Amino acid sequence: MQFSENWLRTFVDPALDSEALGHLMTMAGLEVEEAHPVAPPFSGVVVAQIVTAEKHPGADKLKLCKVDVGAAEPLQIVCGAPNAVAGMKVPCAKVGAELPGGFAIGPARLRGVESFGMLCSAHELGLSDDHAGLLPLPEDAPVGMDIRQYLDLDDVSFEIKLTPNRADCLSLTGVAREVAALTGAPFTPAPLALVPATLDARRAIVLDAPKACPRYCGRVIGGVNAKAPTPAWMKDRLQRSGIRSISALVDITNYVMLELGQPLHAFDDTRLTGAIHVRLPRPGEALLLLNEQTIKPTPDTLLIADESRALALAGIMGGEETGITLETTEVFLESAFFAPEAITGRARAYGFASDASHRYERGVDFQLQRPAIERATQLILEICGGAAGPVEEARAEADLPRRDEVALRPARVRKVLGIALDDDTMRALLERVSLQVRNLAAELRVRPPAFRFDIEIEADLIEEVARLYGYGNIPAPAPRGELAMLASTESARSDWTVRHRLAGRGFQEVVNFAFVEAAWERDFCANAAPIRLANPIAGQMDTMRSSLIAGLIANVVTNRKRQQNRVRVFEIGRCFARCDKAEGRAGEEIPGFWQPRRLAALAAGTALPEQWGEPARAVDFYDLKADLDTLFAPRALTFAPIEHPALHPGRAASVALDGQLIGVIGEIHPVWVQRYALGTAPIAFEVELDAALAAVKPASGDISRMPAVSRDLALVVPTSVSAEQVLNALREAAPATVREIALFDLYQGKGVEPDHKSLAFRIFMQDTQRTLEDAEVDEAVSGLLRHVERAVGGRLRV
Amino acid sequence: MDNLDQLINEARTAFDAVADAAALEQAKARFLGKNGLITEQLKALGKLAPEEKRERGAAVNRAKTAIEQALEARREGLRQVALAAQLAAERLDVTLPGRGSALGGLHPVSRTLERIEQLFHSIGFVVADGPEIETDWHNFTALNVPPNHPARSMQDTFFLEGEKDVLLRTHTSPVQIRSLLAHVARYRDADPMPDLRLIAPGRVYRVDSDATHSPMFHQVEGLWVGEDVSFADLKGVVADFLRKFFETEQLQVRFRPSFFPFTEPSAEIDVAFMGGALEGRWLEVAGCGMVHPNVLRSGGIDPERYTGFAFGFGPDRLTMLRYGVDDLRLFFEGDLRFLAQFR
Repeated sequence: MQFSENWLRTFVDPALDSEALGHLMTMAGLEVEEAHPVAPPFSGVVVAQIVTAEKHPGADKLKLCKVDVGAAEPLQIVCGAPNAVAGMKVPCAKVGAELPGGFAIGPARLRGVESFGMLCSAHELGLSDDHAGLLPLPEDAPVGMDIRQYLDLDDVSFEIKLTPNRADCLSLTGVAREVAALTGAPFTPAPLALVPATLDARRAIVLDAPKACPRYCGRVIGGVNAKAPTPAWMKDRLQRSGIRSISALVDITNYVMLELGQPLHAFDDTRLTGAIHVRLPRPGEALLLLNEQTIKPTPDTLLIADESRALALAGIMGGEETGITLETTEVFLESAFFAPEAITGRARAYGFASDASHRYERGVDFQLQRPAIERATQLILEICGGAAGPVEEARAEADLPRRDEVALRPARVRKVLGIALDDDTMRALLERVSLQVRNLAAELRVRPPAFRFDIEIEADLIEEVARLYGYGNIPAPAPRGELAMLASTESARSDWTVRHRLAGRGFQEVVNFAFVEAAWERDFCANAAPIRLANPIAGQMDTMRSSLIAGLIANVVTNRKRQQNRVRVFEIGRCFARCDKAEGRAGEEIPGFWQPRRLAALAAGTALPEQWGEPARAVDFYDLKADLDTLFAPRALTFAPIEHPALHPGRAASVALDGQLIGVIGEIHPVWVQRYALGTAPIAFEVELDAALAAVKPASGDISRMPAVSRDLALVVPTSVSAEQVLNALREAAPATVREIALFDLYQGKGVEPDHKSLAFRIFMQDTQRTLEDAEVDEAVSGLLRHVERAVGGRLRV
Repeated sequence: MDNLDQLINEARTAFDAVADAAALEQAKARFLGKNGLITEQLKALGKLAPEEKRERGAAVNRAKTAIEQALEARREGLRQVALAAQLAAERLDVTLPGRGSALGGLHPVSRTLERIEQLFHSIGFVVADGPEIETDWHNFTALNVPPNHPARSMQDTFFLEGEKDVLLRTHTSPVQIRSLLAHVARYRDADPMPDLRLIAPGRVYRVDSDATHSPMFHQVEGLWVGEDVSFADLKGVVADFLRKFFETEQLQVRFRPSFFPFTEPSAEIDVAFMGGALEGRWLEVAGCGMVHPNVLRSGGIDPERYTGFAFGFGPDRLTMLRYGVDDLRLFFEGDLRFLAQFR
């Protein structure tokens, strides 16, 4: 809602300057978003009349003018404007004037001729960008009057951001009423006179949908001159309120809407046939709107129609075929109340909004239709001439909104707001904003006025009390509550622990969008049927991710473009997939959608930052595997080869914890490395976050004081046998005295036959009670060897 | 001068003359070895008369001890020299950088969220979470925004293709409903029900994109419901949080009437710094209010008995204000040069 401060001050004029007025409105919930002066500061400019304008003796493009500024003698002024002619009234900056930007006007000599002042364009006064010529002023402009006063330039254009509950402030009257209530300054309503009918022209009105439209006023005004110019004061007020002047009739309807809050519509009466019907659409009906859009109204869209066709979308927009033009002489003026429920969402569904629908959706004063049509008639007759017929009013009394009393318990107000406010003060506050209050036992009974659509329950009144009391006057003490401690469990860690561990291992956290390109889902997840957005912000953000890995790959691409080739990133975020039935997993709050929180990390480029002390090498699978293992330590993960669309088929593994699959790890598939230009192959892992958050509470065991013994075993196995298979075989056969089995070497090449590898293990043995004897150590080692041979075909390397 | 004293002097001179440990051992042999000069003296004692023998014996032994001490002193001297040489040879350039990996870091918004969680945790708020694909009911209807309500157009919503009743949550407020329902179920038999104090950080989505709007961004919801929770408490908690978060008691905080369907009274919260680049400007940082009775009812709570407040902060904006970031989009671009500044 944009409006001129000076216009507002015709209704209420508190002793506050513009800034204080703006602050007052903001702190009362009418947030001032912008307040810009109508004109920049300047002084010494008056209304002047060019008496004579002759060619400059020494310059073709200059004129030598005698200018009347209301002084005894006309001034001689040299002027270059092409439109300067004798008789014209224009702004004149006299000697001593200061124009915008601090430009001072003094006597000057131009091409040998003296000049005592400057005739001004609108641009030179900072009023518009128009610098084509002098700003022409109306013939009746009083010569000598200060231009700021004449054009009412000491004005501020306020733009306030109104919340949807404050439809009552979508007019100058509404804002003024509010300012009067807040300041105590008197409120002067707009002049409202009844315009008697002098024309016997009428058009019947039928309310076919009385719930949607319980009141409709209409009036024929004949013999109007639609070409009459809009008066400057109206144009200025409209313009300073953000509305472009179009024609007198349109301007008047807009003016009354701004002044009172009642949207009006003017039809060309000669295009109407028979009675006006306010009804729902008929099957197949179509309507060409003023914005040249043809729509087929949905069944719940209210229409204004006559006996032959639909004319307008009620409360939203008029029709092209029955609108007024500059040729219109007979006007049918509409001033109606439409129920908010009948208008809400309709305009949006057709893809537009209008000032009228904006107001009707939020609620228009249902007692305003008659005063508004009278006010508009009065202005039309004044500006366009003509004669008015009687006001026809169709009304469905029972369907008009009700304004029931709302009970307010003062004790409840004190409890909810946390303030000690007595009943009388509360009552006085409410009465300031036109609420009717009466005491009933321990309660107040409050009846809201017709222009308030936001007071239906006690909470609405509590808010009103708080607002009028002033939020700033409510104290802000430290809260009091029970000091029970919060639970702290060691069997779960927070995602902060996970984040800090990864950061400690050199990973930078990123936050990527949850919507991605469909191609990423196809390439990296083989997801042919992903969840798609119905209204994406862009084509490449139309698909919900089912994995975090693609986003991390995109981070590599982005950073490589910026010469950052070593990338170590991680993200914690939700992924999204459809699922058939609820399996009771975490992340399945919405049936049919699985949206687990995941953790993914990716490393690309060199294993270590460039440095003097280590040879540079590309990061590989085992580097990232160590990062993943460390993250879960002391719990042990298990890995098994898998196929994954994003990953190299020979360098990808499933990740399991306690037998549960929790994720994947692997090198990005060479095809994607090439297609996405990733440089060296990045390594990535992705695991369920919940698995990473589970932790184990440590428990202390016996530390043996007995000496430990170690034996090294180099075992040769076929390359197809995994290290884990060998390790598992060793563990299966290990007696209780075997404390630890560590793989410390892997060898292939000379001395080991082809297709075989040598794995060297160190076996640590120790008893808690006694020193182990050589014989039993040897016996245990032979047992291990025998079992490994049987289980995986391993034998001792010789 | 006794020949023994002379012998001691000779030994000292010989020891001092050696250059290294091997030479010292050779020099030692000359005096203390099997056929060394001292050994010979001891052997010669046998030829002496008992009286003379005792006296001479004691003198020879004193000489031997003196020579042994000289030997040990020289050994220690040589060790010190060798050690000094070794240390000198092993000198490092301690200014060379350390070896190995470097530190990563948390996302700047994560830093903010962690601080927010810590601050609220310190007065007994737990952390709650909710799904990002959310039902229309949880996101709107249960929060007192019925279908067709004009407030729905305040938050441009992403919808899913082929789905009617689910959407991408436009705010973290649906967590209020989920948490209230869970709290009520958990304390079905408690009277009164204990207070519910939570914050719910998370990602939310709106159809909007420019320098100050991202289609995905963060919010932190806060909720305190109990038998005696007031608007004054809301002001106290939020103002305290903001001053602690920005680490300045000089921060000005103001509450301005506003409208949200899910709270009443509702307020927007502005802050103004008393110094720095943003000095004196009012900056909007959050929306808040007393939980609307209809929302409490959606959560299974009797609004006559219990009241509560809720707030919603934009941690992205808090992060921008705190660290001087001027473009929201930087948070979501994954540019390591930007992110690494927050390690």
